[in-house]
Amino acid sequence: MSTDTAAQAPAPHKEAHARNWKGLGWGFIVKLLLMMVVNAFGVAAIMSAWNARAWVILGVLVLFLVAADWVYFSRRLLPLKYVYPGLVFLLIFQVFAMGYTAYVATTNYGAGHNGSKQQAVDAALIQAEREVSGSATYPLAVVRDGETLGFAIGDDGAVMVGTEDQPLEETGGTLDDSGRPTAVDGWEIVPRGDLLSDQALAKQVTDLRVPVSDDANEGSLRTREGSTAKIYRSSMVWDPDADTLTDTDSGVVYSPNDRGTFVGDDGSSLPTGWYVSVGFENFTKAVTDPNYAKPLLRITAWTFAFAFLTVATSFLLGLFFALIFNDDRVRGQKTLRTLFILPYTFISFLTALVWRGMLNAEFGIINDWFFFGADIDWLGDPWLARLSVIMVNLWLGYPYWFLICTGALQSLSSETLEAAKIDGAGRWRQFRSITFPLLLVSTAPLAIASFAFNFNNFNIIFMLTDGGPNFDDTSIPLGATDLLITAIYQISGVQGGRADYGLASALSIVVFVVVGIVSALAFRQTKKLEEI
Amino acid sequence: MATDAPAPSKDARRNATRRKRWWAEVGWKYPFAALVIFYAAFPLVFVLSASLDERGSLASASKLFSSISLTNYQELNDTLFWTWMGNSLVIGVAAAVGAVLMGAAAAYAFSRFRFKGRRSSLTGLLILQMFPQTLAFVAIFLLLISLGEVIPSLGINSKIALICVYLGTALGANTFLMYGFFNSIPAEMDEAAKIDGASHAQIFWGMIIPLVRPILAVVGLLAFIAAFNDYILARVVLVSQENWTLAIGMYNWVSDQLTARWGIFSAGAVIAATPILVLFLSLQKLIVGGLTSGSVKG
Repeated sequence: MSTDTAAQAPAPHKEAHARNWKGLGWGFIVKLLLMMVVNAFGVAAIMSAWNARAWVILGVLVLFLVAADWVYFSRRLLPLKYVYPGLVFLLIFQVFAMGYTAYVATTNYGAGHNGSKQQAVDAALIQAEREVSGSATYPLAVVRDGETLGFAIGDDGAVMVGTEDQPLEETGGTLDDSGRPTAVDGWEIVPRGDLLSDQALAKQVTDLRVPVSDDANEGSLRTREGSTAKIYRSSMVWDPDADTLTDTDSGVVYSPNDRGTFVGDDGSSLPTGWYVSVGFENFTKAVTDPNYAKPLLRITAWTFAFAFLTVATSFLLGLFFALIFNDDRVRGQKTLRTLFILPYTFISFLTALVWRGMLNAEFGIINDWFFFGADIDWLGDPWLARLSVIMVNLWLGYPYWFLICTGALQSLSSETLEAAKIDGAGRWRQFRSITFPLLLVSTAPLAIASFAFNFNNFNIIFMLTDGGPNFDDTSIPLGATDLLITAIYQISGVQGGRADYGLASALSIVVFVVVGIVSALAFRQTKKLEEI
Repeated sequence: MATDAPAPSKDARRNATRRKRWWAEVGWKYPFAALVIFYAAFPLVFVLSASLDERGSLASASKLFSSISLTNYQELNDTLFWTWMGNSLVIGVAAAVGAVLMGAAAAYAFSRFRFKGRRSSLTGLLILQMFPQTLAFVAIFLLLISLGEVIPSLGINSKIALICVYLGTALGANTFLMYGFFNSIPAEMDEAAKIDGASHAQIFWGMIIPLVRPILAVVGLLAFIAAFNDYILARVVLVSQENWTLAIGMYNWVSDQLTARWGIFSAGAVIAATPILVLFLSLQKLIVGGLTSGSVKG
């Protein structure tokens, strides 16, 4: 740390620092305080990463913290001082997230393959746990330390305590006559009455398993009622050297296969597996699996159609209004403009929900007001639902294009139009040959951005139709108005249902590529337009 | 006067043709405007009316303003609406402030300093911002699960984690918008301040920031609306009901019992939408300027 220079001032290099030194500026003090806070949090996070044995996170944390100190206490690296905070978030939550998506896309991560191999082994051991017949019964006290629950037992006059992560170990405390702990050092005893009255707590207690020792094969303590504990031992035995699980009851030996599943020699397999790399299987699954291929193809086509139609219709309607009302002879233009863009000021997720109500077949006002109370099932029929989605997005989107086109029209040079008028061009001709091309040049980049945005317009679809009505020729809950992004959301299973992170990520990558290509092509096209 | 009897009728005829022309060229635009306004406003009016409807169901809402009562608004107190509203506001404001500060700082660096890799970094940002973060929600979900085991406040079901996720887009989305604006402020002003002995930090906070306030307002509002509107990331990150944002909570109302809870939903929608509607209209000019320089909403 260089305390002899107010670090905020990059003093002219030719002068000696001492002559230029004005003492510690308050800016420096603020910076010092901020960095102290950052370092404190950083070190705390690094320590808990150490405790959790999360080495990758630990490494990244150290890297970011060292870089932060280096950037802010070095007198060079001036630009980085301004970019660094944003850069950290960008790297983690955008760049890394994209890279990780690509990685997950090549695995079978998802339901049944949800963690590491070690976790799968632990899960198998727990699942096969049975009460050891004839095992001793230990008098038990449920203890807590803040949020953490633990078991304390009396064992031959000694107090043993342990938690889910911490195997039993001896500790100080006192026992009553029946051998039940009455006080445990560092722990607070949960009164039995609490267990009886608090359902959630009781559930936590009956789910809790405290390992007897570090060796998982030794089993764990569990309780049914909260006052006595028994040892439960798994009927499975894990042999790390042979890489097999053996069921001691049935004698079946389970060994891992290359799909991330334990398969027994009798052909059965264990429900919990781990995720492994499957190469490009997810990508091929999307186009060959009959359950996915056809719906996904239709969804892709609809996604393109939706994005294009939405931009085209709202652009045209916005332009139409702009052309009509960009007229100085119309009074109260400002008020009119404000009223015209009302849909734009309404929060868009609410818009979709409101329209969902208005398009309701039975009670919706669209049927009531405009169709004489007919029971048109707007959101229940595939094509009507598609039409509704476009119409709602038109309502939502035209004000944007009205504003843009009004702005663009006002900035068109009136000289070219005058010249055209003198040359005898009619109004339609002026519009077609001059106004419209010029307008396209200035709005094309926005139209492309809007296309890319609507290509992934999750909210409007999800809130309005939930992607429905569902296709009837597939078991996967995808529907006629699903866009790729809502389909990905559905397939990923983050909201429930069968999770398939691998396939979802693979589809995300495909969309990334599509959006990238569209943007790149379009920006080149814009450059061409500008040259005209 | 009495001598030119035909004159008034000629005038009248001229007036008539003029009026006809006025109607053909300008006049029809007023009724047409009324039609457009009806198209733009009827859903909003419908929501307002439904929120005041005493019976509070979708079926009873189709007659506009048939009853005026505040029951729906009072019933909001029995729901988690205000918790969700609070969450949405906290998350939105935090994301907006973060986005403004980080975006402005980065734009300042790119606009005022000349350094190695400047052009390539700018191009990199331009490319990155094309890829929507929401598409990576699976990766973000898995990332937060791992992070939460180390730092619980950055795990699943944490509002702070969600804010951090939103801040991931701060640089990509906003730097460009601001960069152009920063460039429009003459560098000579910086030079003059530097000669007067101001440090780069003093120039940034004391001179540049006040001058670029309009663009800060736009970026802040857009970031706030983006966070307020987000469903997919919020739904993935926030698990328990008390942590939900409005987008999740109100979607649940409507997807559960659309017709029965319509009144409460409408009341909530009116409350949620009004502040943003007002903000948007008051910043309208700034936003339109910002929009034309390349950011999209809606």
